[in-house]
Amino acid sequence: MTARRWIMPSLLTLVLVLAIVSIVVGRIVLGWNVWLDQDAIGRTILLELRLPRALLGIVIGGALGLAGAALQGYLRNPLADPGTLGVSSMAGFGAVLSIFLGIADLHPWILPLSGVAGAIVGMAALFLLAGLAASTLTLVLSGVILSAIAVAGIALVLSLSPSPWAAGEIVRWLLGALADRSLDDLAISTPLVIVGAALILTSRQALDALTLGETGARSLGIDLGRAQWQLAGGVGLVVGASVAVSGIIGFVGLVVPHLLRPLMGAKPSSLLVPSAVGGAALVLAGDIVVRLLPGGSEVQLGVVMSLIGAPFFFALLYSMRRQVT
Amino acid sequence: MKIDSRLQVAELTFERSGRRILDSIAVQFASGSVTVVLGPNGAGKSTLLGCMAGLLRPSHGIVELDQTPLGSLAADERARRIAFLPQIAEISWPVDVATLVALGRIPFRHRASDAENDAAVRRAMQATRTTQWSQRVVTTLSGGERARVLLARVLAGEADWILADEPFAGLDPAHQFEAADLLRSLAGQGHGIVLTIHDLALAARIADRVVVIHHGRIVADGTPEAALTPPTLREVYGIDAQWLSVRERGTPLIAIHGRHAG
Repeated sequence: MTARRWIMPSLLTLVLVLAIVSIVVGRIVLGWNVWLDQDAIGRTILLELRLPRALLGIVIGGALGLAGAALQGYLRNPLADPGTLGVSSMAGFGAVLSIFLGIADLHPWILPLSGVAGAIVGMAALFLLAGLAASTLTLVLSGVILSAIAVAGIALVLSLSPSPWAAGEIVRWLLGALADRSLDDLAISTPLVIVGAALILTSRQALDALTLGETGARSLGIDLGRAQWQLAGGVGLVVGASVAVSGIIGFVGLVVPHLLRPLMGAKPSSLLVPSAVGGAALVLAGDIVVRLLPGGSEVQLGVVMSLIGAPFFFALLYSMRRQVT
Repeated sequence: MKIDSRLQVAELTFERSGRRILDSIAVQFASGSVTVVLGPNGAGKSTLLGCMAGLLRPSHGIVELDQTPLGSLAADERARRIAFLPQIAEISWPVDVATLVALGRIPFRHRASDAENDAAVRRAMQATRTTQWSQRVVTTLSGGERARVLLARVLAGEADWILADEPFAGLDPAHQFEAADLLRSLAGQGHGIVLTIHDLALAARIADRVVVIHHGRIVADGTPEAALTPPTLREVYGIDAQWLSVRERGTPLIAIHGRHAG
């Protein structure tokens, strides 16, 4: 219990340190005096490149960590994650569709809201396919199906795209990155993530009650229908807003709650906020790593996270293979 | 404060996939007593408890708590009044025992202070003698230990009514008696206790009243001696049994001879 008390301050300190490193480190290393310096280049790099990137890392990492912890709690399965379950891909499909249909240019909010709509459709389909008492196998297969639908939809849209250059840009964006994002992106995604996070956090008692299964939760006075839609809306908002801004950054929601569970205990509500903070730390760290990797051009963050996350997913599924029925 | 409550079931019919599981059940339960619902597998005992806990919606009929239809109560109000222990209790995460027992306080999330909730959890764990495991991960407990912890979770709600479906399954005889005595003492404090169990001897020992269900209908209702007559047991279970003239601490004993031949 005493050790648990130190975890949140430690995670917050880690996020602060990583945010500072993220602001300072890159192809041009900024000095500490950049905060006061009137050097135009330094200030441009700080305000237009590094600061939005670090802040987006916190918002998007937090959103993905929170979404993963919420999904795992609701589905009562440590393999649940918006990426592995295809919710992120559905958000990507929604966003790509809005670009293809030409409605994304009508208003800056249309692209992120299309991502949110795609994610909510994905969540609804997931609940329909997997239900509440899904076995690990059903859950993984539901993710496979949703991802396949989303990837096929995206491929269709890309193949119908009149401009190969635009198609290339979309593919590059979908791979997931925080580079070259602006404070405008932050201004659009943050309110959606805050609303989604609030929805998720208000269903924390339902997540705890589900520890006793569906019947146990209902006997404790939990309205599971309401909890389901709160979570579909909440996860849809945080994942949709994240994907619309950064593309698909997978496995954050899988890895972080899993690492924190032995430290914080398995009670679903006690993992929500720490997973958000841990997710922010992981995305910030990953984004620093991609900048430091040697090579001509920067590797996409989504690719690096998949390189780390996919073996982790493999190991987790392998350790649970006896439960796969 | 003395609990004075009535849980009433009227013309309750429950159908699933075209099969009638409960057929026009009418029965009333009063707080301050232990009622055991008996019947063979598939008789409809768990369904009756599920309807009485407000978790299953009957096809026809109504369940009323103190003359208020259960369906018109808010879900958390219902959960504060009626605690339910399901037959197959899931535990999805390896939480510690104290955390699991505290889940029983969820219906009070906007009503009670942390201190009140902690005190109720402490009382439930003391009553079930599970305090010593409070920091143990619940998935590391044996089946019997887990059954006691799940009973503590139900007691933590301090509800007027405790409906428990097979609460003694997995408990050794000593802990069965201990849990049975605990439920009896709760009835003595005014709580209404309705249980399903399969052990006729234990039912005779614990129950003030026995309700026997067969093919979705009530076929006997009364004190254990009045309800569990040899003809009823022969009809319902196909067994030969008789009450002995011997009494063990005031409790009548029932002897089961075996399956009825013929």
